[in-house]
Amino acid sequence: MTALTAPRAAAGAGTRARRRNRLRVLAFLSPWLVGLGLFFGYPLAATLYFSFTRYDLFTLKYVGFANYRFLLHDTDAWRAMKNTMWLVAVMVPLRLLFGLGIAQLLTQIKRGGSLLRSVFYLPYLIPPVSATVAFVFVTNPGTGPFPALTRHLGFALPDFFNDPSWSRPGLTLMGLWAVGDLMILLLAALLDVPRSLYEAAVLDGANAWQRFRYVTLPSISPVLAFCAVTGVIQTLQYFTQAMVAAKVAAGQADTPGTQVAPGYPDGSTLTFPQWLYDEGFRQFNMGYACVLALAMFAVGMLFTLFLLRRFRAFTSQEAR
Amino acid sequence: MTTTTAPATGTRPAPRTRHRPSRRTRTRRALYWTAVHSTAIALALMFLAPLAFMLLTAVMTDRQALTSSFWPHTWNWDNFHRAFTGDMVRWTLNSVLYASVTTLLVVTSSIPVAYALARFRFRGRSTALVLVIATMMLPPQVTMVPLYIVWSRFHLTGTLWPLILPGLFGDAFSIFLLRQFLVSIPGEYADAARVDGCGELRTMLRVVLPMARPAIAAVALFQFFYCWNDYFGPLVYANPDHWTLAVGVASFRAAHHVEWNLTMAATLLTTLPVITVFFLAQRVFVQGVTLTGVKG
Repeated sequence: MTALTAPRAAAGAGTRARRRNRLRVLAFLSPWLVGLGLFFGYPLAATLYFSFTRYDLFTLKYVGFANYRFLLHDTDAWRAMKNTMWLVAVMVPLRLLFGLGIAQLLTQIKRGGSLLRSVFYLPYLIPPVSATVAFVFVTNPGTGPFPALTRHLGFALPDFFNDPSWSRPGLTLMGLWAVGDLMILLLAALLDVPRSLYEAAVLDGANAWQRFRYVTLPSISPVLAFCAVTGVIQTLQYFTQAMVAAKVAAGQADTPGTQVAPGYPDGSTLTFPQWLYDEGFRQFNMGYACVLALAMFAVGMLFTLFLLRRFRAFTSQEAR
Repeated sequence: MTTTTAPATGTRPAPRTRHRPSRRTRTRRALYWTAVHSTAIALALMFLAPLAFMLLTAVMTDRQALTSSFWPHTWNWDNFHRAFTGDMVRWTLNSVLYASVTTLLVVTSSIPVAYALARFRFRGRSTALVLVIATMMLPPQVTMVPLYIVWSRFHLTGTLWPLILPGLFGDAFSIFLLRQFLVSIPGEYADAARVDGCGELRTMLRVVLPMARPAIAAVALFQFFYCWNDYFGPLVYANPDHWTLAVGVASFRAAHHVEWNLTMAATLLTTLPVITVFFLAQRVFVQGVTLTGVKG
């Protein structure tokens, strides 16, 4: 009995117990290990292989580094990259600030706080496609209620999703509307800050800003950093909202049945994953799409590695 | 309004005496209270306004939905019925099939993996965990091309099976979330069961899993809504017969020309299940969110 509960006690029984243990571990892990090979290992290796070929699902031809060279001159790819970087640089910090602002506001409200929290969380729950369709509708200049409302008030809203210089700000605004995920995490972090710290700061004569700067901010900085890094990783994959917004907005100007060029209006909402999708699954340049995929993989992994280093607690053995 | 609220509010340090706060302090507090509450209410209204406009437009007549008026002249609730016919029914069935089967597979296959990562000691455990997180963060677009090629060899492109079948092999996010919960269950329970002669599988099924029910529910919910909301996957794989609600609603507008009222009814119909489940299972949801364990 004791040998079973403490397998390392006896040396002879130990090796057998250890082998049993290893088999048991393998058995429990087997679904994931197989999945890792099939849906991570193999596709990555295959992506690398296909990146040196020209392949349209029918004929495969080895072309060396031609796809990589093409990337250097592919203006659409660079534009897509620039748009994605724009979203990372603008949308991620704005959403963080806004989420933090709302969370901070909610900490100040005693009664009705939980109702307000639900209200601020609600837009995040709307499926992204539906939220985007609805958002394009409420801001469209023809029949949208928001432009009509502001016309009554005496000013005009920009034509968000038909104007190339306003489409990304429009998407950002939509991102702020769906800030619920960050709001919940940051609110939990704010409520975790020990009250005694604030009391001590007050005794030291700290004003509201100083309390925020020297008590709140250091206490929630791990959560803020986590939100920032995962926000960047998510935004590098930003696809659905941009694609649907373009589709719905273009539907107004476009006759049905025609293929809309990605990134309407004027390529301004073309994000990097969209370009990959377009190359791979609409034009069936599978080989070139693999080059784009590898670029995405490299950038994504960079941030993931940073996340893993920064948050060792992620992989700690004990629960916190 | 007691003096204990002082640290959080923006007032000056109020000494904890038995005196009532001075008149000036009280005025300032009232002003602060008003400012905070009116900002919050104004923001809340702005958050709700698009939803309200969705609903108001959804019940307008076809003709009125083409104007920029706010309030419906007549309330045409049967617009929901009109939107929910033909294609929309098929998309809903496809969405339900995709989301429920995938959830069932993912939860079943992720549990033993999460259990092993949380409970067993073995070499390479932390490497395995790092790999789980890496795959969790991997953009789905990166591996899509070779996987598409493979599924096309099996003649499964066009259907939703290329999205459902990988559920057999666990999902990184679910594994990670379950593992975070399972490490928080004290090992004594499992040890006690083992002393009583329980095998590892029985221990997991009979002792540990019943305690992990809330976490399993959270994982199932997250997985279900991930599939329900997924646009990229069905867009790549499914042909129009296998479209899900996400893909269908995205092209609803083009198919129905300018019928904004029906389009809004459709978006509300796809949203309804999510919001209903959220309010029924709010506790599970919140627990799931905190389980992602960002307190690093």
